Amino acid sequence: MEKAIKRYMPIFVLPTLAAFTVGFIAPFLVGIWLSFCKFTTITDAKFVGFINYAKVFGDATFVHSLWYTTLFTIVTVILINFLAFAVAMALTAKIRGNYLFRTIFFMPNLIGGIVLGYIWSLLLNGILAIWMRTLTYSATYGFWGLVILMLWQQVGYMMIIYIAGIQNIPSDLLEAARIDGANKWQELRYVILPMLMPSITVCTFLTLTNGFKLFDQNLALTNGEPSQKSEMLAMNIYTTFYGRNGWEGVGQAKAVIFFIIVGAVALTQNYLSRRKEVEQ
Amino acid sequence: MGAASSLPEGQRGYVMKKMRRFTALGLTAAMAVTALAGCGGSNTASTTAAATEAAKTEAATEAAAPAEQTASGGKVYYLNFKPEQADQWVDLAKKYTDETGVEVHVQTAASGTYEQTLKSEMAKSEAPTLFQVNGPVGLATWDDYCMDLKDTDVFKDLESEDYALKNTDGVVKGIAYVIETYGIIYNKKILNDYIALDGAKISDISELNSFDKLKEVADDMQAKKDELGIEGAFTSAGFDSSSDWRFKTHLANLPIYYEYKDDNIGSTDAIKGTYLDNFKNVFDLYITDSTTEPSLLSGKTGDDAASEFALGEAAFYQNGTWAYNDIKGNEVADEDLGILPIYFGVDDASQGTCTGSENFWCVNDKASDADKQATLDFLKWVVESDAGRESLSKEMGFVTPFSTFADYLPANPLVVAANEFNKDKTPVSWNFTTMPSEQWKNVLGSAMLEYAQGTGDWDAVKTAFVDNWATEYKNANS
Repeated sequence: MEKAIKRYMPIFVLPTLAAFTVGFIAPFLVGIWLSFCKFTTITDAKFVGFINYAKVFGDATFVHSLWYTTLFTIVTVILINFLAFAVAMALTAKIRGNYLFRTIFFMPNLIGGIVLGYIWSLLLNGILAIWMRTLTYSATYGFWGLVILMLWQQVGYMMIIYIAGIQNIPSDLLEAARIDGANKWQELRYVILPMLMPSITVCTFLTLTNGFKLFDQNLALTNGEPSQKSEMLAMNIYTTFYGRNGWEGVGQAKAVIFFIIVGAVALTQNYLSRRKEVEQ
Repeated sequence: MGAASSLPEGQRGYVMKKMRRFTALGLTAAMAVTALAGCGGSNTASTTAAATEAAKTEAATEAAAPAEQTASGGKVYYLNFKPEQADQWVDLAKKYTDETGVEVHVQTAASGTYEQTLKSEMAKSEAPTLFQVNGPVGLATWDDYCMDLKDTDVFKDLESEDYALKNTDGVVKGIAYVIETYGIIYNKKILNDYIALDGAKISDISELNSFDKLKEVADDMQAKKDELGIEGAFTSAGFDSSSDWRFKTHLANLPIYYEYKDDNIGSTDAIKGTYLDNFKNVFDLYITDSTTEPSLLSGKTGDDAASEFALGEAAFYQNGTWAYNDIKGNEVADEDLGILPIYFGVDDASQGTCTGSENFWCVNDKASDADKQATLDFLKWVVESDAGRESLSKEMGFVTPFSTFADYLPANPLVVAANEFNKDKTPVSWNFTTMPSEQWKNVLGSAMLEYAQGTGDWDAVKTAFVDNWATEYKNANS
């Protein structure tokens, strides 16, 4: 049977591989190539070497959006995971209607980022109007607006992953802990959390990369205002690409740097939290 | 599975568990990917809107296209810039196809995404044969893609060569097809109500003939807004991206215009900012005598301003002839619409409204010869045939720079008012097409907003205007 699987492997792998190549690998490689070019459309690219990369670091908005994004990611990773875990713990306890609550908490995920951004900009601007302010009044308002939006959207999703993890913890382990005299806190610290490490790995990975890659919500909620101060990395790349004649390559170079940063951060995170996982 | 079943009991359980865990991980990963794909999908919300529009137009044009083709076999693909006239272009293309059998495909980019759409469409094998650029800076990007239009009929139909866009070598690369005008649109009814009040600063609208007078009246109207039943003298100077171009681009045209005029130049690599104080005065007027608190401006949209004016909540509204479609059919009657120049306190006696074009047709030089010919034939038909002229002037409401349009003038009351006003004045030309980059406009707009809401000062606006001009010029031309 194994032999058969090996023999037919290409048939099973090829369709996906082909789609992956067309949809991901090819554009990715072209993208890297274009970061070394000056171009208007991707068909008339001219090789210019590292000039684009040199321009990236001369651009103050890039550095600003880099730390702004980093700060945003740190805050959202912590808050989303903490809240998602808390909600998951609450909704795995025996309370009335917990399936209904799970569904309700999950629903914000089904709304697209742009729509969500516009809805929340109406909501938050409506509240801020009491103090005669708007979201784009300063980058601080934009920052917390984005944090609130992301919490609302992602907590429910991460909650589902945590619930799945919690339900997978064998009840005999918990029972044994209780018989050994563990209190609620010890149960959480020494049984539930270690057993949940795979879920935590997945959730931190997702929130981390989501935080770095955030674009739609940023575009719809603040559009980088004021003065590009609430502009995150992905949006900074976008505005660079379309903001000036001949800067398409610089935008592309920023995208490559962006990829390297996100890749490095995600791999490090994965390595670190994988080490903490235990076998059941 | 085969491997697991041959293992001893205890180990088998271990492997099974491990596999289950991987399956679970795999499933969560799959869910994550779906979710991410879902998020990714919404990135393209705006382009999807364009695509739906395109699908509609495609269906329309293709349904109309007869199987036969002309001898040359060329076809036309027009990437239209103006969403306001999207349907009219499709209808016109259909008429042309019915008449000649040549396939004309019209696609309209969603508002504010023309440059993005053009860039991606141009990279396709079925690239637009007819597209547009917004002036010299836009042309710099697309110069290699624009054919020389010197010997074409549509160029010969221009009233004056001034309406053609030439590149730095003097080659004709673009043809303006619509002339537009902007200034301060006003509501005659509210102004007459004001004049009827005791202690009004003017006794007739014609006395509004300078910046000082305008400011005096606007200040007084603002003070008496409750008596007049208005929210403010000027509509909100919103800085949402649907509105900020009225200031960072259109208002900023005036200091550039006067500086170019002094120096007798048409573009520059470094602006001096001689008239920035006048610029500040006008902008101060907009944000002080306004319907809106300055701290709320960042969220105000173009629709907000248009509706404030259309509902009679404000008397003055800086915008152009194209705004008529948004205003008409509401509280303000057509005969109450008037337009003033943006008085700048420099040469108010002879300053007209701002009149010019940022819409230039270009023909794709990289298209096949047959397609290029088909496109030029189509353009000729648009500006010379009855159907084309009727559509452009009446349905789309364009004032065109073509000599063939003498008997075809649009019914837009703002156009009529502007023409009337400009009779013995010098219109202000559109020099904002020489602004070094989009980035320059954005930085200026943000600095203006921060000044308006009090989080920044005017020096930052000056820096964004003067210093950043040189920086951006260098960036865009290096």
